[in-house]
Amino acid sequence: MANSTTGKTGAAGPPVTLMAVMAPVLGWLIPGAGHMAQRRWIRGGLLLASILGMAILGLLLQGRMYQPIGNDLLEVLGFVGDLGTGGLYLLGQAMGWGQAAPFTATADYGKIFIIAAGLLNFIAAADAYHIAIGKKP
Amino acid sequence: MNPPLQLSHFSAAFFFALFASVVFGITHCDTTRDMVRYGLKCFFTFMGGVVVVGWIMWFLRR
Repeated sequence: MANSTTGKTGAAGPPVTLMAVMAPVLGWLIPGAGHMAQRRWIRGGLLLASILGMAILGLLLQGRMYQPIGNDLLEVLGFVGDLGTGGLYLLGQAMGWGQAAPFTATADYGKIFIIAAGLLNFIAAADAYHIAIGKKP
Repeated sequence: MNPPLQLSHFSAAFFFALFASVVFGITHCDTTRDMVRYGLKCFFTFMGGVVVVGWIMWFLRR
């Protein structure tokens, strides 16, 4: 029989706390910030270094950042991936990063690096949420 | 304007594997020990896959 005092979530779902809302939003905006806000400093720092490192490497490789208005489905999916980088994507749009015409063969790697960084950041933000609701230590 | 960064296939795969493995390790496990083990497992799986697929493509090209 389920015991409501054990901290496990029942049929009512996880408790809605301020941290449960803020952690994933912070984590999306600044990679690792959702973990740092919950005093998981090392995890947050490693996530920040990894996700930001991958995205910056993508930009240095002349990777393209997708625009919000895509012409086809692949562009829309690319935009969703890029959007995962959160603050970096918003900053990149403001600064015009990732818009120049690539002239190296490795620019395609850069594009994939940016998308992968965004998708990894979505996973990290979900992890921050799971910590906030007590599903993960 | 500075010339763009150039990476070889292998170094690009190395950095991808490194960064992705760190995130996978942290997000998929609960304890520090499990995180390190899973991260290392992911990293070597990525890199092993690169080497294996590279050799497969080398044989296909011949």
